[in-house]
Amino acid sequence: MTSTEKRIGNAANFVDERLGAAGWVKKSLNKVFPDHWSFMLGEVCMYSFIILLLSGTFLTFWFDPSQRDVIYNGVYEPLKGLKMSAAYASTLDISFEVRGGLLMRQIHHWAANIFMAAIVAHLLRVFFTGAFRKPREFNWILGILLLTLGLVEGLFGYSLPDDLLSGTGLRITSAIIQAIPVVGTYISFFLFGGAFPGVGFIPRIFTLHILLIPGIFLAVITIHVMLVWYQKHTQFPGVGRTETNVVGHPILPVYMAKAGGFFFVVFGIIAFLSAVASINPIWLYGPYTPGQISAGSQPDWYMGWLDGLVRMAPPLETHAFGHTISWNILIPAVIVPGIVFTGMALYPFIESWITGDKREHHLLDRPRNVPNRTALGVMSITFVMVALINGGNDILATNFDLSINQIMWFSRVGIFVLPPLAFVITKRLCLSLQRADRELLLHGSETGRLLRLPHGEFVEVHAPISPEKAFILQSHEQPVALAIEEVDARGVRRPGAIKNKIQRRLSKAHAVSVPKVTEEEMKEIEHH
Amino acid sequence: MSNELTPTDNSVPPQHAPRATDINPVSEKRAEQQIAILFALSGIGSVLLIYSYIFVAKDVFIFIPVMGNQNAQQLGIGIGMAMSLFFIGIAAIHWAKTLMPDKEVINHRHEFRSSDEDRDELVKTVKEGVAGVQLGRRKLIKRSLGAAIGLFALPPVLLLRDLGPLPKKQLETTNWKAGTRLLTDPGNRPIFASDLEVGAVVQVLPAVEHEDERPLSDIAKDPVLLIRLRPEDFQLTPEKFAMTHEGIIAFSKICSHMGCAVALYEQQTKHLLCPCHQSTFDVTRGAKVIFGPAARPLPQLDITVDGEGYLVARAPFNEPVGPSFWERNSQ
Ligand code: HEM
Ligand code: FES
Repeated sequence: MTSTEKRIGNAANFVDERLGAAGWVKKSLNKVFPDHWSFMLGEVCMYSFIILLLSGTFLTFWFDPSQRDVIYNGVYEPLKGLKMSAAYASTLDISFEVRGGLLMRQIHHWAANIFMAAIVAHLLRVFFTGAFRKPREFNWILGILLLTLGLVEGLFGYSLPDDLLSGTGLRITSAIIQAIPVVGTYISFFLFGGAFPGVGFIPRIFTLHILLIPGIFLAVITIHVMLVWYQKHTQFPGVGRTETNVVGHPILPVYMAKAGGFFFVVFGIIAFLSAVASINPIWLYGPYTPGQISAGSQPDWYMGWLDGLVRMAPPLETHAFGHTISWNILIPAVIVPGIVFTGMALYPFIESWITGDKREHHLLDRPRNVPNRTALGVMSITFVMVALINGGNDILATNFDLSINQIMWFSRVGIFVLPPLAFVITKRLCLSLQRADRELLLHGSETGRLLRLPHGEFVEVHAPISPEKAFILQSHEQPVALAIEEVDARGVRRPGAIKNKIQRRLSKAHAVSVPKVTEEEMKEIEHH
Repeated sequence: MSNELTPTDNSVPPQHAPRATDINPVSEKRAEQQIAILFALSGIGSVLLIYSYIFVAKDVFIFIPVMGNQNAQQLGIGIGMAMSLFFIGIAAIHWAKTLMPDKEVINHRHEFRSSDEDRDELVKTVKEGVAGVQLGRRKLIKRSLGAAIGLFALPPVLLLRDLGPLPKKQLETTNWKAGTRLLTDPGNRPIFASDLEVGAVVQVLPAVEHEDERPLSDIAKDPVLLIRLRPEDFQLTPEKFAMTHEGIIAFSKICSHMGCAVALYEQQTKHLLCPCHQSTFDVTRGAKVIFGPAARPLPQLDITVDGEGYLVARAPFNEPVGPSFWERNSQ
C-alpha cells in the first residue's frame, strides 16, 4: 500500500466508524450515468447557478443596497457631481474602481442569462423526450418552480443597480402590482415602502435576491438532483437498454472527471464572454429618475416575452362602481403567465390522463414518435417567440426599417394564428418522419448507386441498415387510443359522459401514428 | 436481415470498441502529453490574471479590432481567468475520454412502488395514530384547535403591516394646485407663454417649497409636458379647449398605462409616444390613445397665466395621473 492509499483508508475508517456510511456511499458510487449530449443541459443549469453564487457573493462585498441620495464623486467623469442613489453609485464603483469588478458584474449577468437559457433548454429536452413521465413528475414540477423562481430572481437582480433602465422596469412592476384588484394598491405601498419609487424596495429585493431566493434555489436543486440520483437517469432506446436497466459510465472516475471538467469549461466560457462582450453598461443609462426614460427600454430576454404580451394587449379597462380594473395589464402580465405556468406544471398528469398510461417509463421517446406532444411543444415555443418578437418591436422597427404598428398588428394576429399552425405542421412532420423510418426499415437506406436490371430498368441500390439502428427504429410502442364507451353494455349513458368524450377525442388524436413494421412484413422482405 | 430486429430481444450487451489509446502505446503517450499541455495552458491563464491585476494600470486602454477600445486591466484579468478555468476543464474531459476506463456498465432498476405489506402496514400505523388523537370524539378540542390555527394565521400577515404607509389619497393627488407656477425641468425657472414657440415641447414641474429636494415619489407623478400648437390645430371639446392657453396644452408626462415617462414627441404627426409599450397619444385630440395598450388619455392640466404673466395651473388635475389602480374612480 502506498502512503496515499493508507491515508485515504484511515480517513475513510474515521468517518465510517462514526457514520457507518460505507454501505450507502458504495452503493452511490456504483451508480451509472447514461451518456448523451442533451443530458448535460441540466448540468449547465447547476454549474451556472454555482457561478452565480460565487460571483454574486463577490459583488455583495462592495454593493450598497440603499436608496439614500449621494453625490457621485468617483472616477467616471460624465456622471461626476450628479445626485444618485447609493446603490447606483456603488455599482459604478464596482465597475470602475474595484479591480476585476466589472468582470465580476459581467460574469454574474452573463451567468444569469445562460442559467435561464439552460433551464429552458433542459426543460425542452425533458419535455420532448417524455422524461417527465411517471415516476418523474415531481422533478418536472420542481423544474417549473426553478424556472419561475429564476424569472423573479433575474428581475430582482437587474433591478438592484437602480439605473434608468432598471428603474423603468420597477415602475412597470409596481404598475402590475397596483393593477391587482382590491389589494394591489396596498401591496404596492407596503412593498415599496410608500408611493413609487418609495424608499424600501431596493434594500428589500436585495435581501430576497441574495438570501431568501438563493436559499430556496439551493434546497429545490438539492432535492431535484437527489431525485435524479434516486430514480436513476432515463436513457435513450438502444440495443441492451431496457425499462429495467441503466447503461452508462460509473460515477468514478469517468463521470466525475467529465462532469467536473465540464463545470470548469462552462465557467471558462462565461468568463471569456464576460471579458470580451459588454453586458448592461449601467453608466451609459444614468441614475434612475421617474421623469425620464431611455428610448428602446428592454428587459433581459427571459422577461422579454412577458413585455411583448403587455405591448400587444388591447386597451381594455373596466370602470364601474368607482373602481378600475386594468385588463390591459392583468391579462398579459398575470392571467396568461398564470395559465402558462400552471399548464406546464400539470402537463405530465394531463398527458397520462389522455393516454391512460399509468406505467413507469425510463426509456425516452424519440420526439417524432409522439406527434401530439411534440406539436404541442412547438406550438408553445411559437407562442413565446411571437410574444418575444413583439417585446423587441421597437428595436426591430429601427433596425429593419419597419413600422412598430406593422409589427404590433402582425403579433396581435400572429399570437392566435401561428401557434395552431405550428401545431399542425409539426404533427405532419412527425408523421412523415415516422413514415421515413418505416421506409428505412423495410427497404434500407438509399445509396445513390444505380443498378441496371437485365431487362434495362434502372433501380437504386438500397443498403440494409445496421441491426443497432434498426432496433432503435423499432423500439417504440405503437400507441392505441383509449376505448371509452359513452354508453355501457345496457345502453345507459355513463356518468361523466362529456368528460369521457373529451378524453376519448384527445386520446384518439394522441394515438395517431404510422403503423410499425410487423414481423410478417419483415419476414417477407427477407425472402426477396 | 437478422432477428435482432424484434424489440423484445434485448439481451445483447452494449458493444465496446477499444480506443486507439487502449491498444496503441504511442497514442496513449500522446494523449498523456496533450493533457499535460492543456493543464499548462491553464497555468498560463492564471499567470496572465495575476500579472494584469498587479501590473496593468486601471486607465490603460488598448484597441482591438471589432471590439474597439478595451480596458487592458479588465480584459487581462478576464482572459486570464477564462483560460485558467477553461483549460482545466478541457484537460479533465480529455483525460476521461482517452485514458480512463470507458467500459459501459449496467445498473438494474427496481419499481418504486413499495411492497403491499409495507403499504398496508403504513396505512395501519397512520390509522392507529390518527385514532389515538380521538379528534372525532373530542369535539371541543377539535373546534378550539381550528379556531386557534385560524387566528394563528393572522399575526404573520399583520407583522408585515409596517412595511409601508397606507396609500390614503397619495395616488389621487399631485403637487399641482390652483395658482401653482410651472417651472422648467431642469432649471426650475418660471416661464411666460411667449417663451414657447409653436411646435415647442417643454417639461415642467410644479413650484414647491424646496425645489432642489423633490422626493422621487413626487417626480413620479408631477411631471407635465407643455406643447404649443396653433389654436386651430386642436380638435377638442369646449371644456378641454378652455384648459389650454394660447395654443399651449399641458399633459401629465406619466403614462396612463404603466407609468413610464411619455418622452417622445413627433413634430409632424403631433403624437406623443411612450417608449415602454408604444402607446401613442394624439395631442390635437386631447391625448386620445390612438395606438397601443394604454386605455385612457393622458390627464390634461388646466393652465392659465398669473398676474405677472407666468404660466400657472388654474386647478389641480381633475383625475389621478399615472397607471390605474383598484380605487381609481374613472367615470
Ligand atoms: C436551476 C435549474 C435546474 C437545475 C440546476 C437542474 C439540474 C438537473 C440535473 C443536473 C439533472 C440531471 C441531468 C439531466 O437530465 O439533464 C436534472 C434532471 C431533470 N430535470 Fe432539472 N434542473 C433544473 C431545472 C429544471 C427544469 C426547469 C425542469 C423542467 C421543468 C427540470 C426537470 C428535470 C427532470 C424531469 C429531470 C429528470 C430527467 C431524467 O432523468 O432524464 N429541471 N436536472
Ligand atoms: S407605460 Fe406607456 S405604454 Fe406602457
